[in-house]
Amino acid sequence: MTAALFAVFQRDLRIALRRRADTGSALVFFVIVAALFPLGVGPEFGVLRRMGPGVVWVAALLASMLALGRLFADDHADGTLEQMLLSPTPLALLVLAKTAAHWLASGLLLVLISPLLALQFDLGGEAAGVLFLSLLLGTPLLSLIGAIGAALTVGLRGAGVLLSLLVLPLCAPVLIFGAGAVESSLAGLGVAAHFSLLGAMLLAALVLAPLAAAAALRIALE
Amino acid sequence: MSWTRYAAPQRFYPLAGRAVPWFAGLALLLAVVGLVIGLGVAPTDHQQGESYRIIFVHVPAAWMSMIIYLAMAFWAAIGLIFNTRLASMLAVALAPTGAWMTFLALWTGALWGKPTWGTWWVWDARLTSELILLFLYIGFMSLHAAIDDERRADRAAALLALVGVVNVPIIYFSVQWWNTLHQGASVSLTQAPSMATTMLWGMLIMALAFWMYSIAVALARTRVIILERERHARWARQALEPA
Repeated sequence: MTAALFAVFQRDLRIALRRRADTGSALVFFVIVAALFPLGVGPEFGVLRRMGPGVVWVAALLASMLALGRLFADDHADGTLEQMLLSPTPLALLVLAKTAAHWLASGLLLVLISPLLALQFDLGGEAAGVLFLSLLLGTPLLSLIGAIGAALTVGLRGAGVLLSLLVLPLCAPVLIFGAGAVESSLAGLGVAAHFSLLGAMLLAALVLAPLAAAAALRIALE
Repeated sequence: MSWTRYAAPQRFYPLAGRAVPWFAGLALLLAVVGLVIGLGVAPTDHQQGESYRIIFVHVPAAWMSMIIYLAMAFWAAIGLIFNTRLASMLAVALAPTGAWMTFLALWTGALWGKPTWGTWWVWDARLTSELILLFLYIGFMSLHAAIDDERRADRAAALLALVGVVNVPIIYFSVQWWNTLHQGASVSLTQAPSMATTMLWGMLIMALAFWMYSIAVALARTRVIILERERHARWARQALEPA
C-alpha cells in the first residue's frame, strides 16, 4: 500500500516538474497580484507595511485556488482517476498523496518566494520570518480544503470559478490566523496562539479533508 | 403506517400541497399580529428611538438564516446517507430561502446600522460571519446548478453542505477573534439593552411567522422540484391536468 501511495506521489511530482510552465504560472500569479497592490494603493511604506501581511496572504490564497484546478482534472480526463477508485488502496490515502505532491509543487513554492514579497512590503526580518512560517503552516491547509472543492467540481463546465466560489469562504479562518500571526508579531504580541490554531486546523484537515475529497470523487465518478 | 410512507415523492406531493396553505396562512396571521405588536404596541426605545423597530424583521431573519442552514445540512445528510430522493429535494428547496433570509438579515442590518452607528456596514464578527454564510449558500446553489445529473448534483451539494456545517463554528469563532484582535468596530452588538416584554413577544411572534413562511415556501418549492423530476411519471402528468 505504501508503495502505491509513494508511486502516486512520485508520479504527480514528476508531472509537475515536467510541466514547468503550468507549475510556475501560479507562482508568477502570486508575485504579480502582490505587485499590483502598491500600484493600486500608492507606494507609501507606512500603508504597505500595514497591508503587507494581508495582501501576501490573500495573494497566496488566490494563487493556490488557481493551481487547484489541476489537482484532479487531468487524471479525470484520461481515466486515471477511475483506476484509482478501483484500486485496493484506500482512496482517501491516494487523495492525500496527490494533495501532498500538489502542495510541494504549488504551495511550497509560494512559501519559498514569500520573503521576497515581504521585502517589497518593507516588513522587517522577524515579520518576514513569521510570514514564512505562517504560510508554511497555512498553504498545506489551503491545498487540503481545496482538494474537497477540486473533487466536487471535477469534470464540470466552468470548474475553475466554481471551485473558488466553494473554497474561498471555507478558507476564511486560514486567512484570518495566517495574516493575524504576522500582524500580531508586528504589534509586538506573541504568535504562539495563531500558530497553534493553524497547526490544529492543519491536523484536523489532514484527517478529515482527504475523506471528504474521496467521498466527493466517488460522487463525481459513480 | 410509518412516517417513511411519505418519503416517496408521489405521496409527499399531495401532503405538501395540503400543508402549504396552512403554513402560509399561519405565517400571514402571525406576521400581522407580530407587526401590530412590533410597530404599534411596543414602546419606543429610549436610546434608539423608533429605528430599533427593524429588529422585528432583522432578528427573525438572522435566526432563520442559521436554522435553515442547519436544516438544509440535516436533510442533505439524510439524503446522502440513506439515499432518499425526497430528503435531497428538501435540502435543495431550503437553500434559496436560507440565502434570502441571510440577505435580508444583512440588508436590514445595514438599514439599522445607518441611524444607530452612522454607517451601513461594520466589520463586526456577526456581520462578517453572516456574510460568509451567504457565500456558503451561494456555493451550495451554484454547485447544484452546475451539475446536470440531478442525483450527482444532490450528493455533491450535500457533501458541500456537510463540509460547510463543520466549518461554520470554526468560521464564526475565527471571525470573532479576528474582530477582537483588530479592535476595529467601536460598537458592540452584544451589550443588548434589556428588552421590554412586549418587544420580546413581538420578536418571538415574528420569528414564528418567519418559521411558518420558510416552511410554506420550502414545501411549495419541493412540490415544484418533485414535479420537475417526476415529469415522466404518469401521476405527475395527472397531477398537472386540470381537475
